[in-house]
Amino acid sequence: MKSWIAFWNILLKDMRTYYLKPPNVSWGIVFPLAWTGMFFVKSGRGLESLPSVLPGVVAVSILFGTTSMLAVTVTFEKKNRTFERLLLAPLPLEVLMFAKTSGAILFGVANAFVPVIMGALFFGLPPVAWHIFVPAVTLIALASTFLGLFIAVAVSEVFEAQTFSNFFRFPMIFLCGLFVPVSSLPLFLRPLSYALPLTYGADLLHGSLRGEHALPVLLDFGLLGIFCTGLFLLSIHNIRKRWIA
Amino acid sequence: MTSPREPALNVCGLSKRFGEVQALKKIDFQVFSGELFGFLGPNGAGKTTTINILTGLARPDSGSIHIGGVDCVARPRGAQHLLGVVPDESNLYGELSGFENLSFCAALYGMSKKERTLRARELLEFFDLSQAGDRKFGSYSKGMKRKLTIAAGIIHNPRILFLDEPTTGIDVASARQLRQLIAKLHQGGTTIFLTTHYIEEAERLCERIAFIVEGSVVRVDRVDTLMQPVQNHHVLQLAYQGGPENLEFLLRQENMTGEEDHTFSAPHKGILQVEAPRPIRVGPLVRFLEDRGAEVYEARKIRPSLESVFVQITGIEAGMMHKEKERKSAKGGEA
Repeated sequence: MKSWIAFWNILLKDMRTYYLKPPNVSWGIVFPLAWTGMFFVKSGRGLESLPSVLPGVVAVSILFGTTSMLAVTVTFEKKNRTFERLLLAPLPLEVLMFAKTSGAILFGVANAFVPVIMGALFFGLPPVAWHIFVPAVTLIALASTFLGLFIAVAVSEVFEAQTFSNFFRFPMIFLCGLFVPVSSLPLFLRPLSYALPLTYGADLLHGSLRGEHALPVLLDFGLLGIFCTGLFLLSIHNIRKRWIA
Repeated sequence: MTSPREPALNVCGLSKRFGEVQALKKIDFQVFSGELFGFLGPNGAGKTTTINILTGLARPDSGSIHIGGVDCVARPRGAQHLLGVVPDESNLYGELSGFENLSFCAALYGMSKKERTLRARELLEFFDLSQAGDRKFGSYSKGMKRKLTIAAGIIHNPRILFLDEPTTGIDVASARQLRQLIAKLHQGGTTIFLTTHYIEEAERLCERIAFIVEGSVVRVDRVDTLMQPVQNHHVLQLAYQGGPENLEFLLRQENMTGEEDHTFSAPHKGILQVEAPRPIRVGPLVRFLEDRGAEVYEARKIRPSLESVFVQITGIEAGMMHKEKERKSAKGGEA
């Protein structure tokens, strides 16, 4: 119960001080819209291009939204020493870090639904397998957030976190099968694709919107879950090693 | 030194190394329940490393720490609920109001909303911040920030409060007010572990003091015990104008007071300092100076201070310690 009170208040505080600030709200809306518009223009087609555009826009929105925010909520707070106050709280580190990242996870999920809602309002959505789409979006948000956490813990300045994030984000967009199917990639790049969490998320999104799964759904979910757990535990290990050394 | 009180904190053989630097060298000390314990040392002596280890923000290489009976090395986060920490720089959220900051800190310790509200209001009142409770923390003055940071440190009624340089970088009036508040907290029964580089602050507030130099605790004792060697050391300063330039030399040469054990020095121009192992007679000194054309306008007895003890034990000039820290503080400012 006591941990729950702390968890909830960390989440609320982060929501108020970071995620619900006008610049971040507008980023959360404008960024996915800009991506959607860009892909529509690029596709040169009309409504029929929506199912092919949506997985990419959803995944990219989550990836950029979560990793960018973690650089602020964790790296900035560590530099400012406000993070020390959290570390002093009588909470298991896992609970504390999950509370600290839960705002970003929600932000990522909200980001994902901006293009979906816009698509539904203005174009009408194609049939969506919601039972796959919603958990997929949630797992992608978790994996991206924990990737952001891993990066945020590895650096000490916000600008370093942003730069380091790009090192992961851009290759991931092009290698995960969102825009170019993994099967069309050169052979030597494919193992790299399968080492990226977003590959499995992209496959789930494609499947839920277009019914085209490259891998079995359960395998996608399982591997994405393993990536989430692995990235989270690795980040916790790094926090212990670097910040509580 | 033994005490009938039970130890709130027990540190034994604590060591820590950062690369080539041995930051702590097997330090031992105890802090008793309800005690105000001072931890004194120059910059880089190991004060902050010690606090970080004791509060769970760093891990020791070896040694043991028990807080309220909890083995903090085996269970690094097991005693977090027993301790409150006030760092040397305020680490609250500038975006939140004073009240919200306190309420948030209380929530970190699992306090219910009703408890949080009551406690936050109570502390704002105690620290004379009620009027500023709804203002953003970022708009507070340094003194107010420090007071709210202390309030946040005791929001959950900790068994032991760690205060790291609480008066550094704030104005004289706020520092004075803070010292009074610290004394009040101590009178209320809070165990306090205070690190400071202001020796007179430690002397005024603390019951026992540990001196730490280059990672080693060189002495732990009660303030009155530490002061004993200097109690019989008497110092008198005379301020004068005019007269010959080499007055202290003449005094030494002519042994005017007839006291073999008097030593004379001139720390500044127009100041004569006399030191002796017993009370110094002022009359013969004044007569001697006036006979040689000097006009004496002040005679002042210098109270023996912990600073002399510190210098004696550590070999470090206290003034150097102040300057260095103040420079750092002025450069860094407040969080």
